Amino acid sequence: MSQPAGHGTRGWPLWEVFVRSRRGLSHQHVGSLHAPDAAMALRNARDVYTRRGEGVSLWVVPSSAIVANSPDEKDPFFDPALDKVYRHPTFYDVPEGAKHL
Amino acid sequence: MTAVSTLPPLAAYALALGDDALILAQRLGEWVSYAPQMEEDIALANIGLDLLGQARTLLTYAGAVEGGGRDEDDLAYLRDDRDFRNVQLVEIPNGDFAVTMARQFVFSAYQYELYTALLVSADPTLAGLAGKAVKEVDYHRDHATQWVLRLGDGTELSRARMQAGLDQVWPYTGELFDPADPTSLPGVAADPAALRPAWERYVGTVLEEAALRRPEPRWRSRGGRDGLHTEHLGHLLAEMQHLHRSHPGASW
Repeated sequence: MSQPAGHGTRGWPLWEVFVRSRRGLSHQHVGSLHAPDAAMALRNARDVYTRRGEGVSLWVVPSSAIVANSPDEKDPFFDPALDKVYRHPTFYDVPEGAKHL
Repeated sequence: MTAVSTLPPLAAYALALGDDALILAQRLGEWVSYAPQMEEDIALANIGLDLLGQARTLLTYAGAVEGGGRDEDDLAYLRDDRDFRNVQLVEIPNGDFAVTMARQFVFSAYQYELYTALLVSADPTLAGLAGKAVKEVDYHRDHATQWVLRLGDGTELSRARMQAGLDQVWPYTGELFDPADPTSLPGVAADPAALRPAWERYVGTVLEEAALRRPEPRWRSRGGRDGLHTEHLGHLLAEMQHLHRSHPGASW
């Protein structure tokens, strides 16, 4: 990692914000923000992303903790999946008369 | 215009609480686009808007109880400074961020105890407002507390400025707890003096954790509830009221 904790212009680290909008759904990434520490990041996330009742649960994660693939790795990562048509259910013909599908 | 002193006690009480919220909302609005971070900008605006919502309910109620046909806008925009009933704490200038947080810290801690007490008010409007507002104020108090802790327990500079902020606002805290007129509103209003012990416990605990000194001012403000204000309120009202007064009844 090149930048220590992805510090912003004023020295506050960057945090990624995840909101769960309803019980039973998973948390969704909604954006990022700057905050001096985890407790303040959570409070800032509440103000910035849940002002209109968008959520029932909030996660904040230091952006530096996220490991991402490089754009250069796009081909080896994703291309091989494209020609594996048998990985999709539409590849298979459903026999006439098959029940309970 | 009816002098405030002739208002029914319930209208005067709602007006005093509403003016506190209205004037502090206006002060917090002054931070918009100037806060140290965008995130803090939004937080201060949120707190201000919560207070503005409380003010609207309280001023509308004050006008209704008064029965003279004044609505929230008449009360907010067409009174002069001597008719405002807010404590002086909420009208003092924002100062730096530490002063604003010190003011928010002592005021939200007071308002939290106030609305908690009003939850059991015999007046359904006040009890209803308190039920909604106490959750908002719980957050305001927490937000200010987080900053008092971080600035107090931060660098030498942040600590010095946080302490200076507390020293600056502390003389204005006494007004929050001046005993109410004993003839007024038993079971409806919260006796301000009775809110003090819980307030002292809360702010004392936070200051101790932040390693900040509890100020011991040698003077204290008086008179806000009687319409006696600092010179700062007139300037605030000029900015807050000029549009409405220049274009009466304008809407968009």
